[in-house]
Amino acid sequence: MSWMMAMRFLFLFSRQGKLRLQKWFTPLTDREKKKVIRDMMTLVLARPPRSCNFLQWRDLKIVYKSIVANAAITFSLRLLHPCRYASLYFCAGMEDQDNELLSLEVLHRYVELLDKYFGNVCELDIIFNFEKAYFILDEFLMGGEILETSKVAVGVSLEEADTLQENNVGCMFYS
Amino acid sequence: MTELSKDLLGLKGYYLVDAWAQSGHCADYRTASPASKMEHMVHSSLIPAFPENCHGTVIKTHRDHNRPSIKSLSHISSLDPPLHSGKSKEAEIKRINKELANIRSKFKGDKALDGYSKKKYVCKLLFIFLLGHDIDFGHMEAVNLLSSNKYTEKQIIQVLMPFIICDEQEMLSKQNNVDSGSLFQEGYLFISVLVNSNSELIRLINNAIKNDLSSRNPTFMCLALHCIANVGSREMAEAFASEIPRILVAGDTMDSVKQSAALCLLRLYKTSPDLVLMGEWTSRVVHLLNDQHMGVVTAAISLITCLSQKNPDEFKTCVSLAVSRLSRPGQEASCSSGSPPKLTGFADIELKIVSSASTDLQDYTYYFVPAPWLSCKLLRLLQCYPPPEDGAVKGRLVECLETILNKAQEPPKSKKVQHSNAKNAILFEAISLIIHYDSEPNLLVRACNQLGQFLQHRETNLRYLALESMCTLASSEFSHEAVKTHIETVINALKTERDVSVRQRAADLLYAMCDRSNAKQIVAEMLSYLETADYSIREEMVLKVAILAEKYAVDYSWYVDTILNLIRIAGDYVSEEVWYRVIQIVINRDDVQGYAAKTVFEALQAPACHENMVKVGGYILGEFGNLIAGDPRSSPLVQFNLLHSKFHLCSVPTRALLLSAYIKFINLFPETKATIQEVLRCDSQIRNSDVELQQRAVEYLKLSSIASTDVLATVLEEMPPFPERESSILAKLKKKKGPGAVSVTELEDNKREGGELNGGSDRGPDTAAMAASNASTPSPSADLLGIRSAAPIGAAPTSAGSLLVDVFSEAGPAAPSAAVNDDGFLSSAPPSEDPAAPLPEADELLNKFVCKNNGVLFENQLLQIGIKSEYRQNLGRMYLFYGNKTSVQFASFTTTSDSSRQEGPAVPLLHTAWMEQPLTEGAAQSCQSVL
Repeated sequence: MSWMMAMRFLFLFSRQGKLRLQKWFTPLTDREKKKVIRDMMTLVLARPPRSCNFLQWRDLKIVYKSIVANAAITFSLRLLHPCRYASLYFCAGMEDQDNELLSLEVLHRYVELLDKYFGNVCELDIIFNFEKAYFILDEFLMGGEILETSKVAVGVSLEEADTLQENNVGCMFYS
Repeated sequence: MTELSKDLLGLKGYYLVDAWAQSGHCADYRTASPASKMEHMVHSSLIPAFPENCHGTVIKTHRDHNRPSIKSLSHISSLDPPLHSGKSKEAEIKRINKELANIRSKFKGDKALDGYSKKKYVCKLLFIFLLGHDIDFGHMEAVNLLSSNKYTEKQIIQVLMPFIICDEQEMLSKQNNVDSGSLFQEGYLFISVLVNSNSELIRLINNAIKNDLSSRNPTFMCLALHCIANVGSREMAEAFASEIPRILVAGDTMDSVKQSAALCLLRLYKTSPDLVLMGEWTSRVVHLLNDQHMGVVTAAISLITCLSQKNPDEFKTCVSLAVSRLSRPGQEASCSSGSPPKLTGFADIELKIVSSASTDLQDYTYYFVPAPWLSCKLLRLLQCYPPPEDGAVKGRLVECLETILNKAQEPPKSKKVQHSNAKNAILFEAISLIIHYDSEPNLLVRACNQLGQFLQHRETNLRYLALESMCTLASSEFSHEAVKTHIETVINALKTERDVSVRQRAADLLYAMCDRSNAKQIVAEMLSYLETADYSIREEMVLKVAILAEKYAVDYSWYVDTILNLIRIAGDYVSEEVWYRVIQIVINRDDVQGYAAKTVFEALQAPACHENMVKVGGYILGEFGNLIAGDPRSSPLVQFNLLHSKFHLCSVPTRALLLSAYIKFINLFPETKATIQEVLRCDSQIRNSDVELQQRAVEYLKLSSIASTDVLATVLEEMPPFPERESSILAKLKKKKGPGAVSVTELEDNKREGGELNGGSDRGPDTAAMAASNASTPSPSADLLGIRSAAPIGAAPTSAGSLLVDVFSEAGPAAPSAAVNDDGFLSSAPPSEDPAAPLPEADELLNKFVCKNNGVLFENQLLQIGIKSEYRQNLGRMYLFYGNKTSVQFASFTTTSDSSRQEGPAVPLLHTAWMEQPLTEGAAQSCQSVL
């Protein structure tokens, strides 16, 4: 049996195949990474709607989830760019032994955390605040393992960090 | 751009990019299309934006400004084409050099920089680095920032850290001319060099982290731990592997720090297990399972599971702790969700925890499911151990598992999919624990029934998982029968499921649940599915059908029918192993030979038939065509004409096989002799541009006209039965199931293997000697070459390699004597568990000697054997080249040539000259010639 619950990578990409976030929990060379990303996108984006969220890819289990962005923004954007900004895909590569449903809920919890922080998260939030998205992910996962499952606890540590930063910024302006 | 470091940083490196943009110098930035944003910024617009007044408050949040309002978004469409201002590369470089000079002078200047400007310049450097320019200074300043006590400055370094380390590696790798990617892959193999050359820097980094770790501020501590985990390199492990366990078990550590410490330690343990020493902290880590804080328990379990896989004995105590912990979430469920049904049997076990921890329970309840992550991890931890021996513990555990199964029947507490997902995640984990124990028939059957319900669930995910879990259930003797009751549902899933991955699972399950009683039905279903199956899974399906058909064949005519159908339906996906196997079986069972001949004859009558079918047909008719020759509809001439009508559509190997079939026909049916000789004599055969075909045509023609009937009958005798052996198809399926080419585990495995081979200096010669000594004695375990080494050795010396393609012996004087040695080398494949397994292309290597005189005969990680042969009339000379691919010497390397297996008009081995050195030097070649 392999390491439990270990996530190998986590991507976030758009329907159009634009990578918005990538997090690797195992070292890979650049070429391999590119290959993995390309494979994931072709695999996941080609899936018809309402198919199951799990895939077998090489010796990994791929768990993916798509979210539809904030309704209001999506609506106005759809007028401008039909079929753009429609949905975001969260895609994680898990060890073969892992529990798929729970991994799916890991992704969902991450979406919830993003939602909580950004209001109703949409692709543009991730684009403009990707460092926050990474930071939230860091608070939630460490080395591919789930660090904190409580939404409240993650929220608290995020707030603390924000307060610290704002204090610091304040200091700098006054000094 | 240094690709590796860019990647290590991930997008995080672009942190700064954001900061530049926010500094207001790119007013149009936000309105640019997001897609072009990165490119746009990196290439052009940011270069003029090295503002003196840029406040590098990278982390500063601009949430309010940043949330794009709908109004500002309306500009997107008009600005969609990327705003490349067309600045030239030269201008960019010029600008950057200027900026670098500026920063250098600032760093070198007399005036001490305050923390803020230091950070500003380090950020600028990082940005320049990200633009793809080499940075050779500023690392010190970056490290200095780390020792700052301001949060922002620390955080920036956390981001910078991979960059710093990577950059150092980059420089190193340039010196050593090593690919940086592989350098990283090798797990910082050269880190000792790095520490020497940059010991000052590493020391400073580590010092700063150490300071943070020893500070009392939990936020700083967490940040430092995150940094260690994110870098996760070996030198980090060297520095902190002893420190972190202390933090983890210290009584006064904050809970959040404990969580981070546990996972950070896990990360370091995965990177370099040798550096994380077990000590008295291990027992205290186990007791973290009793911690009040759910988050700490969750994080600690990950660590404990990983550690206990490697040191099961040291962590034995965790089983009972885990079991008692496991009974708690159930308890909490009934309290936190306030559902009235109190679970019997639980209330009395663990009443005490609820009182103290109930405050944070709410947080850890996920959509009315209490602590799903914790429960799953506990169940997973238990799967590292055999069932508990202590009766009380076991009883409690069984009770737990029953409760989980019971809960699956309860009506859901929420309509949300998350609720059912979390609940079922626990259920599936419990089922895999039940399967792991494989000792509770009652639970196994219940699990199976539960999964049976899921098979028809409307959630695709559940159907998928149910099929997957049932696959493992099917292998348990207790539940195999129960699984079989669902066969109709599974077949239905195979037929109607919309999702290809679910269909594949259904096919897997059918394969797993197959036994003698239902084999015919399952094989028939799989065959009919094959006609519409997804192309990606066809080959696997073909192999599975072939295996099932062979394994459960009671009556071999059914088997022959199945395989011929298989070739008809999915000929392209039928690998050589499959049709070799059917021929083996037909030859070994005389009761099926007549039927097989009849069936292939009928199959060949189809206007279009697959080449594999022609191969099987040619072979079987050549051997057993006489069995059906009595029927006027399949008289010898009809058979021959049928085969020959396919001849022109086939590739060279098949044509060669057909030619051999023709000469067999001459033996079987003397009346066809004239026709066949006519065919052989025609220019397209006897002057064929392909050497092999031409040779066969010439030889067969001569053989048929010169040799007497008796000689013909001896030479072209029916093939003797093949020795029974494990199916090579099975081996092929296993190989196919193996991990893909770039998968991480395999890479790691390779690495380890490589290390063993190169590192263990005593191992190399040993294995080499073993391989060499195997070279002369056919080893029964030499399974790697599959069917070929099983071919008859005694009866007919066969032409090089493709024993089955060649139906009979080439007894002519010009027969390449290479054949003899080929046979010897076939068995030289070392046993499969040996690290020196031959390269997978070994098969192909042999194949090509059908038509070639020289080339590589055998190759594995240790040894390469090349062959060069020349023939003049009845004399042949053959050179064997032994190449040592390792860097060490082979001790006791001997070769033996064995000519005893030659029979008939054999070419005696006239002379063997030994020219190779007693010791084959590392990476050297030696040559042996055989006359």
